[in-house]
Amino acid sequence: MTSLIVRAATRLLVGLLLMFSIWMLLRGHNEPGGGFIGGLIGATGFILYAVAHGSKAARVALRIDPQTIAMAGLGLALLAGLAGFIPGDGLFAGQWLFIGATETDKGTPLSTILVFDIGVYLVVLGAVLTMVFALEEEV
Amino acid sequence: MSDVLLPLPILIAFVTAILAFFFRKGTEARWISVAGSACMLVAAGMLLSRVLTDGIQAAQMGTWAAPFGITLVADTLSAVMVVITGITALAVSIYAVGDVTEDMEHVGYHTLFQVLIAGVTGAFLTGDLFNLYVWFEVMLIASFGLLVMGGRRVQMDAGIKYVTLNLISTILFLSGIGLLYGVTGTLNMADLHYKVQDADPGLVTVIATMFLVGFGIKSAVFPLFFWLPAAYHTPAFSVSAVFAGLLTKVGVYAMMRMFTLVFTQDIGWTHGLMLWVAVATMITGVLGAAAQTDFRRILSFHIVSQIGYMVLGLALYTPLAVTGAVFYLVHHIIVKANLFLVAGVTNRIAGSTEIDHIGGLYKGAPLLAFLFLIPAFSLAGFPPLSGFWAKYVLVKASLDLELWLVAAAALAVGLMTIYSMTKIWGRAFWKPHPGAIVPSLSTLPAGDRFAMLAPIAGLATLTVIIGLFPEPFVGIATRAAEDLLDPTAYLTAVLGAPEAVQ
Repeated sequence: MTSLIVRAATRLLVGLLLMFSIWMLLRGHNEPGGGFIGGLIGATGFILYAVAHGSKAARVALRIDPQTIAMAGLGLALLAGLAGFIPGDGLFAGQWLFIGATETDKGTPLSTILVFDIGVYLVVLGAVLTMVFALEEEV
Repeated sequence: MSDVLLPLPILIAFVTAILAFFFRKGTEARWISVAGSACMLVAAGMLLSRVLTDGIQAAQMGTWAAPFGITLVADTLSAVMVVITGITALAVSIYAVGDVTEDMEHVGYHTLFQVLIAGVTGAFLTGDLFNLYVWFEVMLIASFGLLVMGGRRVQMDAGIKYVTLNLISTILFLSGIGLLYGVTGTLNMADLHYKVQDADPGLVTVIATMFLVGFGIKSAVFPLFFWLPAAYHTPAFSVSAVFAGLLTKVGVYAMMRMFTLVFTQDIGWTHGLMLWVAVATMITGVLGAAAQTDFRRILSFHIVSQIGYMVLGLALYTPLAVTGAVFYLVHHIIVKANLFLVAGVTNRIAGSTEIDHIGGLYKGAPLLAFLFLIPAFSLAGFPPLSGFWAKYVLVKASLDLELWLVAAAALAVGLMTIYSMTKIWGRAFWKPHPGAIVPSLSTLPAGDRFAMLAPIAGLATLTVIIGLFPEPFVGIATRAAEDLLDPTAYLTAVLGAPEAVQ
């Protein structure tokens, strides 16, 4: 049903979209981007794949059931929120780890905020794909 | 400690949702849901007792100070609503053990149910306008999933109407939020209270009207209620019970919050409009119910009618009237959810909810008949049940303001409610079953019978307790009304002392 052009282009675009979505996710802390938009872009990649090859193939390519991805993401986001509570800072307070920090250089900053954002990314990716696959399969 | 206690009910609901999801293929999910609801109720109870002893609680998420971060606030009204959400969640999750089919469990009924509860709780607790919008969306997504679960044609039909009209409401709400942010530069509700006073009053009134229409669709007031009777009679009974109990009430709550804390600069217009909307809602709802012959459709129109009473309390805007509205809100959630649960049992043992097609329930199931009478009479406002006090306070408040017509309408609508309830009573309970069978509770498996009747009996007992000992409940409602009408304590809890802010 789909043309050769779409299928050939998809092979190229899906990878690009997924990379772009992760880049979007990672730059989100200080610049426009973040888990929500990243998740949407990532979902677009798999939706494109589903359009070109059918949702069954897209499910196989995804390997994990999208609902499970969404729920795991929700769990991850909650854990990141709870992590703020452990040192006594209150829920959803960000905890930071600076790898290789020196007097002048902050090193590589890692935070629970990033973990939260990854959770959001997974929730959005999973939820959008659940809906799109359901629509694709019922119509 | 309030930093933990405030988000705790929401967190419990989310954690329960996740656990229920991973165990959805077996029967564990239903018990996880029951246990989660019970924990959530305990957390809500702790929160309420904290609020009653120590006053209004506020917590800044992620330690970002208000008005910059997201604030969770529990005043008396919020805490009471969270407790009542916990009670409803527990009752319905127990009922669901007997009511929900395994197919629905496998596609994640319990998960969506708990997400819905999290959304409702979040909406009651948030002190941030955009966060309120997010909770509305969480509720909308979860409720849509629950509404169409089962995939029957009527459910799809209902789902489309439900989502379309709720999206219009959401768009109005979101546009209102955008405009309000443009005018004041803040979305923290307490901060808005101050900032709105300096803004152009005409513009604020326009925004207030947008909120009124948006929340009006959510809470199903005249003339925006038609999605509700079109949707609520289609899903599983436990779903329609939790919808009937909680969903529209979130709209009413949001209205109460915004039109006491933020939009009070033009009470003549906003609350005057609300008054006539309330009266029209009461009357059209009850008249609509008179024309129906389906158990759940009758009850759905009565939700609309009862929403009118709550909005009336807010519209009158006196301490007594707002007390009445809060009391009504609590009473209504218990009674209405209970009536939908009774409808579910009726459907199971008599085979239908169409009251012309069933009958003989009084003869075959006198216990169910008794359990129906309590919430039905309470809904109509019979003493000594909870509905009597709710109506009494509101009618007295209208008489105090010498609004004779409004008081007369409130009383007449109560009378009409009895008409609908006796219609159900006469046709479903007294008339012989047209199929010449005698429906009996003993046709239910013992486990299902207990799971379905225990929550009905529990909620009915609660109605009677509120009716016989209204004093402490009216006391809490009065305190909730005081908190609403004099926001000083709320503002202090969120932003610090008023002098320091200005």
